[in-house]
Amino acid sequence: MYTAITMKQVYAIETFALTKRYGKILALDSLDLKIRPGEIFGLLGPNGAGKTTAISMLCTVNSPTSGTALVNGFDIRRQAGKVRRSIGIVFQDPSIDDRLTGRENMMLHATLYDISAPVARTRINELLGLVGLIDRADSPMKTYSGGMRRRLELARGLLHSPRVLFLDEPTLGLDPQTRQHLWSHIEELARKSNITVILTTHYMEEAERLCSSVGIIDSGRIKIVDTPANLIGALQGDVVTVATAKPDDFLERLKELSFTHQAEVVDGTVRLHLSDAEKKVPVIVELASAAGIELKSVSIHKPTLNDVFLYYTGKEIRAEEAENEMRKVMRVVSRGR
Amino acid sequence: MSELRKIGALWYREVLRYWREKSRIVSSLILPVLWLLVFGSGMRNVQLPGVDNYQTFIFPGILGMTLLFTSVWSGVSIIWDREFGFLKEIMVAPVSRTAIVVGKALGSGTSALVQGFILLPLSMLIGIRLDPQSILLLIPIMILLAVGLVCVGLLIASLMNSMEGFNFIMSLVIMPMFFTSGALFPISAAPGWLQVFSYFNPLTYGVDLLRWATSRGTATALPVYAETIILMGFAAAMIAACSYTFSVKK
Repeated sequence: MYTAITMKQVYAIETFALTKRYGKILALDSLDLKIRPGEIFGLLGPNGAGKTTAISMLCTVNSPTSGTALVNGFDIRRQAGKVRRSIGIVFQDPSIDDRLTGRENMMLHATLYDISAPVARTRINELLGLVGLIDRADSPMKTYSGGMRRRLELARGLLHSPRVLFLDEPTLGLDPQTRQHLWSHIEELARKSNITVILTTHYMEEAERLCSSVGIIDSGRIKIVDTPANLIGALQGDVVTVATAKPDDFLERLKELSFTHQAEVVDGTVRLHLSDAEKKVPVIVELASAAGIELKSVSIHKPTLNDVFLYYTGKEIRAEEAENEMRKVMRVVSRGR
Repeated sequence: MSELRKIGALWYREVLRYWREKSRIVSSLILPVLWLLVFGSGMRNVQLPGVDNYQTFIFPGILGMTLLFTSVWSGVSIIWDREFGFLKEIMVAPVSRTAIVVGKALGSGTSALVQGFILLPLSMLIGIRLDPQSILLLIPIMILLAVGLVCVGLLIASLMNSMEGFNFIMSLVIMPMFFTSGALFPISAAPGWLQVFSYFNPLTYGVDLLRWATSRGTATALPVYAETIILMGFAAAMIAACSYTFSVKK
């Protein structure tokens, strides 16, 4: 199916000032990204940050306004056919035919990607076994649960042995248990097939669990790229969250202290990055009572990827937002037919 | 060669979907039966120039109508594929846009054809006798017509954002095509301004050929070969237009 490997290809994906404009809106602003083969790369960002725009251009569904990218060494503008053959995609929205059975969906995919029928039959069985759907292979998709559909799409995305697999919000709208289950499948599949995975997600724990490297994107721009461990380590110390009725006033007063240069108001609470937070919290509380500002609560925690995200985007990433979007899709689905 | 295999796979998907939606097969037969048996019987004694038996006259017209409705509907149904995401799976696959359009057109054309065939036995109820030769002639005419009309549906779908606009399309495109095609009355009996519309309507030639094939010996508006060429041109032009529309990225 797929043999050509360019000698000079160092990156699985390399973008060059990749830009997309919809009318006046700049959806993606000259993205420069390098992703090494074998990585599980996570693209994190709030809604409308440009994640899906970036992915759809890399998959050649959408054409860039300017700039370009190499996927597996192929130019997305000039070699769309070769790019397509070398990648697998699991879209954010379901993309299976629900009148067909799981196996029929897989077989159609195999034909579209030029896999001969005998090879396809073996490989379909193998992959359906891997994602635990072999018993349900011949049931119509209508009878599949959300998690099963996702698994089938995952298996389908790998059917033509792509070297890069795109997962756009792979666990959106799934319950926590199904999500865990899907994560182990993704990990196992990525390890066994030794491919590069690019995933976008709203869920920080998903990125922490799966990704060897993450890029944080906001308003069409990439803010930083590093490993989750490095990003969390860079925050140093602890995160202190203070809830109060007057966050802005309190933030103003905090500037009097020497150790509070990393403080900001996020969604009505004051957040500080401190080292030795246990010792400094009493000082903060004292300051508040001296200023006559009532504190509702003070909490200390070790930084997570979520704090990293907040630090770079100033926004709380909201899983609910994504789920609301999902519900919108589900409404359309139930209204249809 | 591989494109042919892909067209085959896309065709097979359409056929499977059609086959699994049996309620649609039955429900889409109700309308033609009503036209033929109720409308046709009621109008039996109406005198129209060049029409001996009204039911015999409208049978090919109703056949054409069935092809029109089923084909355009299947074409428009690609909106479902778009809304439910399946279209994306096809659009990112290494398949040419033409293959996607041809696969869809052939698949939907097949369901329209089956729908047409189910109607053929009805002809006996109203006293038309179809000899094997007539049936052999009907098949290619029905295929040509269905392929062109599916693409009309696909083109309409590319202009629509949701299924909500379908009623509008129904009254703006489909019904006018049906009424001006000579399915229900001979075009020669219509006033001049209406005839102009009819001659621009590809369905007119489809119905005319279907009529020529069912009761052979009926005079056609243009020579048979000319009408066949018009239908072929119509189908080819529609496939080309659809392939173009599909290859334009948003």
